[in-house]
Amino acid sequence: MTASESKSAKQRRADGDTPLVELEDICVSFGGIHAVDHVSVDLHPGEVVGLLGHNGAGKSTLIKVLSGAYQMDSGEIRINGDKAEITNPRDARTYNVETIYQTLALADNLDAASNLFLGRELTTKVGLVDDAAMEAECRRIMGGLNPNFRKFSEPVSALSGGQRQSVAIARAVYFNAKILIMDEPTAALGPQETQMVAELIQKLKAQGIGIFLIDHDVHAVMELCDRASVMKNGQLVGTVHIDEVTDDDLLSMIILGKMPGQAAA
Amino acid sequence: MTETTSQPIPSQPKRNLFQQLDLDVRLLGMIGAFVILCIGFNILTDGRFLSPRNLFNLTIQTVSVAIMATGMVFVIVMRHIDLSVGGVLAVTSAVMALVQTKFLPTYLGLGFDNPLTWVIAIAIGLAIGTLIGAFQGWLIGYQGVPAFIVTLGGFLVWRNYGWLFTSGQTIGPLDKNFLVLGGVSGTMGEAVSWTIGVIAVAVSLWAMISSRRGRIQHGFPAKPAWAEGTVMGIVACSILGFVWILNSYDIPTRKLQRMFEAKGEVMPDGLEVGYGLPISVLILIVTAIVMTIVARRTRLGRYIFATGGNPDAAELSGINIRFLTVKVFAIMGFLCALSAVVASARLQNHTNDIGTLDELRVIAAAVIGGTALAGGAGTIYGAILGALVMQSLQSGMAMVGVDAPLQNIVVGSVLVLAVWLDIQYRKRMGAKI
Repeated sequence: MTASESKSAKQRRADGDTPLVELEDICVSFGGIHAVDHVSVDLHPGEVVGLLGHNGAGKSTLIKVLSGAYQMDSGEIRINGDKAEITNPRDARTYNVETIYQTLALADNLDAASNLFLGRELTTKVGLVDDAAMEAECRRIMGGLNPNFRKFSEPVSALSGGQRQSVAIARAVYFNAKILIMDEPTAALGPQETQMVAELIQKLKAQGIGIFLIDHDVHAVMELCDRASVMKNGQLVGTVHIDEVTDDDLLSMIILGKMPGQAAA
Repeated sequence: MTETTSQPIPSQPKRNLFQQLDLDVRLLGMIGAFVILCIGFNILTDGRFLSPRNLFNLTIQTVSVAIMATGMVFVIVMRHIDLSVGGVLAVTSAVMALVQTKFLPTYLGLGFDNPLTWVIAIAIGLAIGTLIGAFQGWLIGYQGVPAFIVTLGGFLVWRNYGWLFTSGQTIGPLDKNFLVLGGVSGTMGEAVSWTIGVIAVAVSLWAMISSRRGRIQHGFPAKPAWAEGTVMGIVACSILGFVWILNSYDIPTRKLQRMFEAKGEVMPDGLEVGYGLPISVLILIVTAIVMTIVARRTRLGRYIFATGGNPDAAELSGINIRFLTVKVFAIMGFLCALSAVVASARLQNHTNDIGTLDELRVIAAAVIGGTALAGGAGTIYGAILGALVMQSLQSGMAMVGVDAPLQNIVVGSVLVLAVWLDIQYRKRMGAKI
């Protein structure tokens, strides 16, 4: 990341600009368990905010409130300062929120183009699905993302993890996401494909897209993110600027649930 | 697109003839099995099985189950099941029979065989079938009751509503115009059949050519021209061959004489008139075409298959799965009612046991035709071919004189064998099941 980019997001915060997304005081519980307990995070344009925490810390649950997969019990979502009503994934899409799920939300029996356009198919004049046009668009965008991709007419079950991930990313990129949620985007990938995703994140940042990046891997977060919000047991431990902390600080936040400095005191 | 050496590119497997023709190998296997079956029965019956008369009857007998099987493909692709189709067929048949024999002629005073009667009766039947299906779909999609339970209940409920309405009596004879939709009483003659055949050939060739042109325009890989030509030839021959078979079954001379007498004319000596394409078969063909278009070229179909492949992915993509479930079961209900028209018209009456065990025949047809119960995979043409295989087995064995219990044993075994073969085939192709 270059200094100017990180500064611009920082500058926006310093100037008190309205954040792109504000999740305020969000609570989600399943049965009696508080999966997310009064958590607030925000995100500015061109910024990557990492969400860290153990399995079950509540980071995926929190973000699924924004993507419309779960409903919150209380709290407020604001997008560009306006209150947003997100009750299902379709609502989220109207706010240009796109999600790349950990579980790779692809229909295995359909081909890449059908998955790319799933829910937003291109149609011909008479309203039929225009497979040729979709395949052409799919080939165009995949050519930019992953030039090695060429299994266009096979079901995505025949693809490798990296190829499937590039279909999922292509889906978010193609539909002009303003807010992108990436749930462990590199979990299933090899080193080279991970590098590809990292480059892609820089590209998207430069376009002013705000990204929530959920990850276990502290190093990936250190490398890719501007800020990190750490969660433990459903609660927010704290939010830090990446350039002000070390790997160890982040780890102690994740493991001990304490802010840097707090441990020493 | 540039090739880089960083990622190993899988070597192109050697392409055999079938791959170059780009034909569905499973479909070819099924057609092969069907042809062997027909030839075997033909030998055992001294050529009676493949006579135009038997092929004509076989076609007519298959229509009712085949129409419902096309809908069952959608239901099973969505990872559901419908055990109520025979029951829905029975109740819609009962309602349509009552409407055309009692309600319209007597209470509304339209009289018998009024030209409006059949239209109104069918419209009511189709509406009721669709409503029943939508109701079951609502229970499944919005209330979360498993499809197996809802339709198992429906299996008992709907048939017995039919029984209640008719007091278990056979209702008939049905309206004269309605009977035309059943098969033998409604055929289109040789000239019209040939015309429809030629139009069908023209339309399918045009569709294939325009699809090929589209691929070439976009710069996608296309089949070699000779392969495309071969497939076109096969399609054209199949369509015209089918029409030719139906045209070669001549109307019996006595029946022809009566038809001329009814019009007050004298039949010329030595006149031979073929039956041609039955209207019921035309209904099946139209249903198959519409359902295939829905499956492949509409959002509805795309969403049905996506949901079957990965319900979570479909939901996260913003697809309203609950409403989709209602739509799929409504389509199934509509097709049951359509089948009821054909079935009751063929039998010329509504009988209390109409469509008994049809749910199992329909599911078997879809499954033999390659629809995976795990969801996400299935074809309309496969289901129709499956229905044809089942019907051929049954009527072939009856012609050979196989005992009834043995017939059922064979049919049951064939069902399991077909699915086992399909699993073996998929394993060898390396697909996840």
